[in-house]
Amino acid sequence: MKCRKCGGQAVLELRRHNAAFCVDDFVEFFRNQVREAIHRYRMLERGDKVLVAVSGGKDSLGLWDVLLDEGYTTTGLYLDLGIFEYSVESKSKCEAFAAKRGVPLIVSTVAEEVGAPVPVIKAVTRRPPCSGCGLSKRYLTNRVALEHGFSVVATGHNLDDEAATLFGSVMHWQTDALPRQSPALPSTHPKLVRRVKPLYRLSERETAAYAFLRKIDYIVEECPFAKGATSIAHKEILNRMEDASPGAKHNFLFGFLDRARPAFERTEALPLNECARCGQVTTGTLCAFCKLADQVKRAV
Amino acid sequence: MKVILRNPRREVDVPGGRRVKEVLRELDILPETVLVIRGDTMITTDQFVGPDDVIELRPVMSGGRDPR
Repeated sequence: MKCRKCGGQAVLELRRHNAAFCVDDFVEFFRNQVREAIHRYRMLERGDKVLVAVSGGKDSLGLWDVLLDEGYTTTGLYLDLGIFEYSVESKSKCEAFAAKRGVPLIVSTVAEEVGAPVPVIKAVTRRPPCSGCGLSKRYLTNRVALEHGFSVVATGHNLDDEAATLFGSVMHWQTDALPRQSPALPSTHPKLVRRVKPLYRLSERETAAYAFLRKIDYIVEECPFAKGATSIAHKEILNRMEDASPGAKHNFLFGFLDRARPAFERTEALPLNECARCGQVTTGTLCAFCKLADQVKRAV
Repeated sequence: MKVILRNPRREVDVPGGRRVKEVLRELDILPETVLVIRGDTMITTDQFVGPDDVIELRPVMSGGRDPR
């Protein structure tokens, strides 16, 4: 198979684009997709202080790599979830990347902030591990960004992540979740930092290929709690559809963003308060993170 | 030929002398879900692999994210 641009030996075929690329032309294709995402949703300005949430995986380290090469001012944030050897290895990947590129990395430890690591939170709450983990990640990335004066948080969510989330929301007709799904979430409160997903145009396979071809040392092993997660099941279904009809995931997500999402937007904004304990933003009196920390403290 | 699989890491032997896409079909792996790595580079699924080749089929799926 030949590269569509230069005619050289291709290393990756992208059926949804009816194209194949060599190493250099794929890397350029990837960067162009990120530039297009940033431009279309006005995600980042040159003067922004960007906090990149990194997990040690292909997506977040690949994102950090592109943003650095594009000249943005970035700092990494690694949240140590305390998930056994998986967290030890993923943290070391982030530290090695930051050291190699000579860029700052902030490390925040969930066990210190919540009172226990994710495996204990899972046992205490009796909810799926991704639930307490996701809540802690959203809360802590925002708080760290506020405390350090970052203007925007960038995450490595890719096209497959976004399509799987949309699929889950549609399967349950979570109409309140649909308008919140966007490649760029504006700040709707002085204590909520803007969030952007510059990889939303790129599939999981494309982000993996970019990380491999750029020789980024990322953690290939899955989180031990991911097995059996609903989002994985949704990704598998979508990949079957993609195999039968290349472009299915792209059309599902982009069609929603371009044509369906506006129909679910609310006219009235939800009233936002500040948590009585920590001061972070919540729709109630006490935020979900403080409630979780209380629950953990009672049990541990 | 030898095929390296991940999560968990393991190796399987399959007949070589055919295209990568045929190896994937035999192992019931969708092309969309893996990178095909030979040596220090990636190869497309139309490439032939010989009986002495070693390829890694590296999964690209990550997840277990909170849906919100």
